[in-house]
Amino acid sequence: MHPFLYERPTSVSAAIATAAEPGARHVQPTQANTQFIAGGTNLADYMKLGVAQPERLLDLNNLAEPALRQIRISDDTIRFGALVRMGEAADNKEVRRRCPLLAESLQLAASGQLRNMASLAGNVLQRTRCEYFREISWPCNKREPGSGCAAMEGVNRQHAVLGTSDACIATYHGDFAQALIALDAVVEVEGRRGSRRVPFAKLHRLPGDTPEIETDLAADEVIVAIAVPFDTWSRRSRYLKIRDRESYAFALASAAVALDMDGEMVRQARIALGGVATVPWRARAAEAALRDNVLDDKSAAAAAEAAFADASPRQHNAFKVPLGKRTLVRALLETRDMKV
Amino acid sequence: MSNSTIPNSLSRRTFMTGSVSAAAAMPLATTSTQAAPPEPAKAAAPRDLSTISMRINKQAYTFALDNRTSLLDALRDHAGLTGTKKGCDHGQCGACTVLVDGKRVLSCLSFAVMNQGRDITTVEGLAPVGGDLHPMQQAFVDHDAFQCGYCTPGQIMSAIGCVNEGHAGSDDEIREYMSGNLCRCAAYPNIVAAIIQARDEIRRA
Repeated sequence: MHPFLYERPTSVSAAIATAAEPGARHVQPTQANTQFIAGGTNLADYMKLGVAQPERLLDLNNLAEPALRQIRISDDTIRFGALVRMGEAADNKEVRRRCPLLAESLQLAASGQLRNMASLAGNVLQRTRCEYFREISWPCNKREPGSGCAAMEGVNRQHAVLGTSDACIATYHGDFAQALIALDAVVEVEGRRGSRRVPFAKLHRLPGDTPEIETDLAADEVIVAIAVPFDTWSRRSRYLKIRDRESYAFALASAAVALDMDGEMVRQARIALGGVATVPWRARAAEAALRDNVLDDKSAAAAAEAAFADASPRQHNAFKVPLGKRTLVRALLETRDMKV
Repeated sequence: MSNSTIPNSLSRRTFMTGSVSAAAAMPLATTSTQAAPPEPAKAAAPRDLSTISMRINKQAYTFALDNRTSLLDALRDHAGLTGTKKGCDHGQCGACTVLVDGKRVLSCLSFAVMNQGRDITTVEGLAPVGGDLHPMQQAFVDHDAFQCGYCTPGQIMSAIGCVNEGHAGSDDEIREYMSGNLCRCAAYPNIVAAIIQARDEIRRA
C-alpha cells in the first residue's frame, strides 16, 4: 500500500481547509492527494489493491458537529447526517415506518459488520466493483483514463446495460442511492467555495468519454447531509433486490419503487433501478407509462419495457434485461399490494 | 512485540477461548512518548510511525504503527492477540470481526490509527481468566458449530453483535444478519442453532 499521512480534523471547515490544497479544485476527489475517509470500507479496500493511492487521509470521524451523526425527521423531510452509519439508519423505526424503501435499501446492502462501519455519505460515493477496475494490471478507462476497457470483451456478466458508453460499462452497485434518486433526495455539500445543495440525480456522472469523473463533487467538498422529502408515495414504497445468493451480494437487478395510488390507479410513481446501470438510475419512462393508469400485470410489464428500451447488453450480461424487467414488475405489484 | 512472547505451552484453542487472556497483559508499550526536548518543528512524513492508544479487552495498549496497519494486523502482530483471524483481508469473509465500542466491525478494513481511544473486544476478551466461557462460545461448543474453526472467532464476535443489535429473532433473521460471516465448512445450521441457544441465555442473564 502507498504510504499516507493521517489527520483528524475536528470541524467541517477545518477538514475542507485542509483538503483545499493548491490545485485541488481541478483534481477528481478520487485522484486527489488528500482524501476523506469515514467508514473506510470502500477506500481501505481500494488502497490495499493499489487502486486508490492518497498521500494523506483526513479522518472525518472526529468532526464535532452533532448534526453529522443525527437523523432528523420533520413533517416533510428526513435529514440524514453524513456520518450516520448504514445500520443505524436501517434500524431506525421511524424511517422504516415513514418510508420503507429507505430502510430496506440499507438493510439489504452489505453485511451487518459493513453496515456498522459505512457512513451514509460514503455509501453513496462507493466506487464500482468492476473486476477490471479492481485489478490494476487490467486496462481501465475509469482508473487510468485512455488505457482502454477490459470489460468490453472480457467477462461482463456483472456489468451495466443502461447508461453505458464506449469507454465504460462498470456498474454502480449501491442500493441506498437507488432509494435516494427515486425519492428526489438532495445532497448538502460544503466546500471551500461555500455550501450548495445538489439534487441526488446530479451527484453521479454518466461515464461518457470521461469515466474517471464519477461525481459532481470537487476534491475540497464534503457531503454533510442527505435530505429526503416525504411525499404522497413515501409510505407505499419498497426495495426489491435480486442476487446470485440470498444475502450479502451486490444486486444483479434491483428496483426501488414508490407509489401514490388512487384506488387501482397510479397517481404518481417513483422508480429507480439498481445493478443494471453505470450510475444510480431513475426510470422516468417507466414512471410516465404508469401515470394515471391502472397498475396491473399488463401496465407493469409495459412500464418495465419502457425502463429497458435503451438497454445495450454485451456478451454475458444480456440476462439482465429480462431479469431487470421481471424485477421491476414484481416490485411494482408488491408495492401496489402493500397495506399502508 | 511479537507472538513469540505468548507462552508456548498454550494451545491455540485454549488461547482463543479467552481463558488465558492474562497473556494479553504482557508488556505493551512499544513506543516512547517521552521524547527529547522539542526540536524545531519537522513536518510529519508518511512513513513516520503514529502513536495510537486503545483499550483491547479492557487493557490499555499503546502502539507505534505505520498508518497503513489495519486494526486486524495491530491485534495479531502487535498485541499478540491471534484469536482474530485473517481470511480474505478485503471485507468479504467476516473472519476478522471484532467489537469496536460494542459494535461488530471488520478489523481488516479499519486502519488501526482510526481506532485511537476506542474500546476493542476480541474473542480473547469474552471469558474471564479461569472462568466460564461466554454463552456464545459455550453454545458453539454445545452445537458443534464449526469444523475447521478458522471462521469461528469471527462468527462468535459477529453473533454477539447480532444478538446485541436485536436481530436474532428467528432462524431467517439470524441467517440474514449473519450473512457477512462465511464458513467454508458449511457449519451454518449448527451456527444458527448455537446463536438461538446463546440468545436465550443472554436474554435471561
